[in-house]
Amino acid sequence: MHLDEFSEGHSFFHKMDPRVKFIVFIPLVFVIALSKNITAGAISLLLAVIFIFIAKTSLKALLKRLVVVNFFILFLWFTLPFSIQGKALFYLGKYIFSFEGAIYVLSISLKANAIFLFTISILGTTEVFSLAHALLHLKFPKKLIELFFFFYRYISVLHKEYQRLFQAAKVRAFNPRTNLRTYRTYAYLLGMLFLRSYERSQRVYQALILRGFKGEFPLISHFQLRKQDLVFAVFMYGIGIFILI
Amino acid sequence: MKVIKLENIDFSYPEGIDVFKDLNFSISKGEKIGIMGANGSGKTTLFYLIMGLLKPNQGKIIAWDEERTREEHFKELRRRVGFLFQDSDDQLFAPTVEEDISFGPFNLGKNLKEVRNIVDDLCERLNIADLKKRITFKLSWGQKRLVALAGILAMEPEVLILDEPTASIDQEVRERITSYLKATDQTLLITSHDEGFLKDISSKIYQLKDSKFIPGV
Repeated sequence: MHLDEFSEGHSFFHKMDPRVKFIVFIPLVFVIALSKNITAGAISLLLAVIFIFIAKTSLKALLKRLVVVNFFILFLWFTLPFSIQGKALFYLGKYIFSFEGAIYVLSISLKANAIFLFTISILGTTEVFSLAHALLHLKFPKKLIELFFFFYRYISVLHKEYQRLFQAAKVRAFNPRTNLRTYRTYAYLLGMLFLRSYERSQRVYQALILRGFKGEFPLISHFQLRKQDLVFAVFMYGIGIFILI
Repeated sequence: MKVIKLENIDFSYPEGIDVFKDLNFSISKGEKIGIMGANGSGKTTLFYLIMGLLKPNQGKIIAWDEERTREEHFKELRRRVGFLFQDSDDQLFAPTVEEDISFGPFNLGKNLKEVRNIVDDLCERLNIADLKKRITFKLSWGQKRLVALAGILAMEPEVLILDEPTASIDQEVRERITSYLKATDQTLLITSHDEGFLKDISSKIYQLKDSKFIPGV
């Protein structure tokens, strides 16, 4: 699984205290999402792009994801400008592509991309495990964090398990086609995956119990708050207020 | 005649772990080669490369004098090379033993009657006839290994690649596997940490270390 794809590196963001990341990131997202004017969107996007360069993430992997995000936004371009009334930019048959609509979608595109890039550069540069850890420090509901953590920990195990099963089918000359045998094979694969996940969950639980698990993970390592991180937080709040105005 | 040949293979995992640098290997028809090597020396990776489950960064994989690059090439190869996974659980996914054994032959296009014959014959040879209707999921470790092996043999491959076939199984199952492998005239490529087992079966034993195959134990 490539959930942690961007978390390796030594940039400013990789070294940042994950707690600061959340404290900055959550309000930032709200501010950007709720901002109305287009300049705010443009400024956020510009800043987000700069952050990406500071974080030195792999551009290839990033572009792949950007394509996915913008594919959905593309649909908005096809629909929204036609449904919002205003000055006509051009006509498509009897439908009006409105100026106001275009501005509206443009602002959505800017903001969506900005938030996406901020997510990668700020949150994506920390391992998921540390993020969960930071949330615990910030007193988020424990149950939710544990749910998230176990989900993350075992989704990749499940994914691997599925891949192995599928490879095993492949080396025995399995060739998916539109026939009953193929469907049956897929059903077997899925069924086996369910059974194994269930068994594994039992084993994981037993292993946890054996080591005295009482529904809580102790916190041993603590994060180091650095001066740079505080400066960054203050800077970002400044930016946030600037965007708000 | 060289059945499988690997030339100047470079391979590293996407996470950046370099496994092979300029690896060369070949096996001739009828040869029985045993490979030993430390954990992480790349034995399983080598097999995955041959089977086309992983792609080398560089180098050639040649089987029956044809270079294999695309998935289509490997599909053809997989009909002729049987691969036994290290963990039998990876392989067994059909609900019952006989269904699992018949999975491969069906994929090769055999009809029901032929498949039945193959299954019966193999169960006889490996002495697992009593397991035929059992649920694969509930077999013991050793039983799973035998059924997994039967699933591979059912495809009547020319080359058999076995990834640690004797890991954590008892003496009795080990002997059943040994006696089959000694008698067969299939080309064999086996990894194991069990020196005695490899000596029993193979004509050559190599140590795999730093992408080199060093003869001897």
